[in-house]
Amino acid sequence: MKNWLRNDDTLQYKKHPMTYIFDGTFQGLLTAVFEWFERKPGKVVLKSTSIFQPEAFVESFTVNTNAEKADRVWAGLQKKLKKDWQRKYYCTYLSEIPEAYNHLFQFTVYIFQNQLGAESNYGNPHVIALAKYAKSVEREKHRMEAFIRFQKTGDGIFYANIDPDFNVLPLISSHFKKRYADQPWVIYDLKRKYGLHYNLTSVEEITISFSNGADKQNLAPVLMDESEALYTTLWKDYFKSANIVARKNTKLHLQHVPKRYWKYLTEKVPI
Amino acid sequence: MFDRIREKLNILADAAKYDVSCSSSGGTRKNINKGLGDSHTSGICHTYTEDGRCVSLLKILLTNHCIYDCLFCVSRKSNDVKRAAFTVDEVVELTMNFYRRNYIEGLFLSSGIFKNADFTMERLLLVVKKLRLEQNYNGYIHLKTIPGASDELIKEAGLYADRMSINLEMPTEAGLKLLAPEKNHDDVIKPLAFVQQQITAFSADKKLIKHVPKFVPAGQSTQMVIGATPESDKDIMYTANAFYKNFSLKRVYYSGYVPISNDTRMPILGTQPPLLRENRLYQTDWLMRFYGFKVQEILNDANPNLDIDIDPKLSWAIRNMQHFPVDINTADYKMILRIPGIGVMSAQKIVQARKFGKLRIDQLKKIGVAYNRAKHFIVCLDSPYQLKDYQGTQIKAFILAESQSKYLKTDSNQMILF
Repeated sequence: MKNWLRNDDTLQYKKHPMTYIFDGTFQGLLTAVFEWFERKPGKVVLKSTSIFQPEAFVESFTVNTNAEKADRVWAGLQKKLKKDWQRKYYCTYLSEIPEAYNHLFQFTVYIFQNQLGAESNYGNPHVIALAKYAKSVEREKHRMEAFIRFQKTGDGIFYANIDPDFNVLPLISSHFKKRYADQPWVIYDLKRKYGLHYNLTSVEEITISFSNGADKQNLAPVLMDESEALYTTLWKDYFKSANIVARKNTKLHLQHVPKRYWKYLTEKVPI
Repeated sequence: MFDRIREKLNILADAAKYDVSCSSSGGTRKNINKGLGDSHTSGICHTYTEDGRCVSLLKILLTNHCIYDCLFCVSRKSNDVKRAAFTVDEVVELTMNFYRRNYIEGLFLSSGIFKNADFTMERLLLVVKKLRLEQNYNGYIHLKTIPGASDELIKEAGLYADRMSINLEMPTEAGLKLLAPEKNHDDVIKPLAFVQQQITAFSADKKLIKHVPKFVPAGQSTQMVIGATPESDKDIMYTANAFYKNFSLKRVYYSGYVPISNDTRMPILGTQPPLLRENRLYQTDWLMRFYGFKVQEILNDANPNLDIDIDPKLSWAIRNMQHFPVDINTADYKMILRIPGIGVMSAQKIVQARKFGKLRIDQLKKIGVAYNRAKHFIVCLDSPYQLKDYQGTQIKAFILAESQSKYLKTDSNQMILF
């Protein structure tokens, strides 16, 4: 039997859906869901203020972020979603991708309007979208756990710069805290202009004001611990020795270590 | 001093690189008392060399001095190479400093045999004890079990290592005898069995007593060299299967032989390593471990070698067309796993999603199914009606016509006409 009539969203709504505008925060997103259930305005599209462009014939509504309302929605979601899906939800938010916000919004409404377990409906476009965004974010998180290279500075702090595709600092914090419990470290996101500092007891968020003209990516050698040059060299040597020339496979190499990460990899930075 | 340590590292890393195991997964060690390091359940590949292999561990030999003369080994006694040996402290310092900079997940320590097995194993043990007991290091350690070392030494090493391994080297006893007359498979089997028996004993104790020390928590592995001797794929995979079964191995590694000797008993220098064959063996290994295939279904007397042009899962499917097409919306999970173009993740999603309604082609694509491949073997809600029943060979031709093998360019069997 042919299945011509699908429950495609476009067939059901003839007029332009209304736009909900939120401030881009996690709480703002959750507040938007609260407001929708309060008003039930029919189909809406969620956009963040940073990408919103007023359009003729499209109604819009600005969401005022409200911690109390957000908490209620999050508490509700926690009852509906198991831990793994709560994490997928948060990861999707951290992707910072404009369309992802709308998918999160539609997904939340879908979850509240359906029975427990609705998130395993991989035939639903918002479910599959969240699964995909979360996968990309988790992959970037994993890449940071792999590709971060600390340099030991003269004052004993292990320092690393990053500029990940997604905002993964909140996700990698506990991994590095557990692993490097006996050394102070800083991981700084140059793109988002904030970082994490572990001071042997706790991890705190920091911002660094680089002086004008400072090379943010490469710390000056005078700031380094005296052993740093030795271990950098040994690591580069090791990387070369471990390669088997007869098995050269550049395509595979690039697939695993895309070029955009090279600038931070000690072994890939030319001397 | 600086130059000497560089030279040692170059020699001893170069000699260790033919051991392909790079796994850092399966460790359960937690960071205790604010020490350094912990293990990551799934392991982390920190970088990849230009040959596309992952670098997860600092893989080195303690020394490349060796009393044996195995033809396939670059450190064999008769080979004219520079020799070196690390001190215990040098290995400890390297490991700690590489780990602190997030270069590595841990240490993979192997060694040539100097003097005798026990002497070598004792030195390896000194390194791991120093790391664990003096440096409070909780990162990953993969340690080679030295065949012939005493049970006491092996047992003690197992308390500090996360994984232990011994290489079978050649897939059959006959192959091993040809290239390393001084060795036999029994030398490997005995310690593998001993470690396995210890793992079982420790985990049995754990059920009764709460604080039993960890013993080789990430299990054991082994490695076979492929293409140095004339074994068939069936020989190789039957051996692998037996070792998985008998010793509960976590992994068997297949290492395509990279020519390092001019001896006429083996492929000569300059021969391309059999990368495609190695890839097909790993695919078979995965089918056995994650897809519910029995090795006899894939390799048997009628099919002693794997197809080179198509993967073993597709190969099995076109030999067994009586099982297809499979109805995505009703079939067993086990059967869905066997469909070419559907992996474990997609199969799981399909089984969950179909509870909410029958699945269509576009949904399968979004779920991650390689539809162009799978379409020959499935029906779903809106599958086009098919008049003709295609033969397996025809389907193979369709798939080959539209797929671009990443290996075709380098296929050494391909004839060059002009």
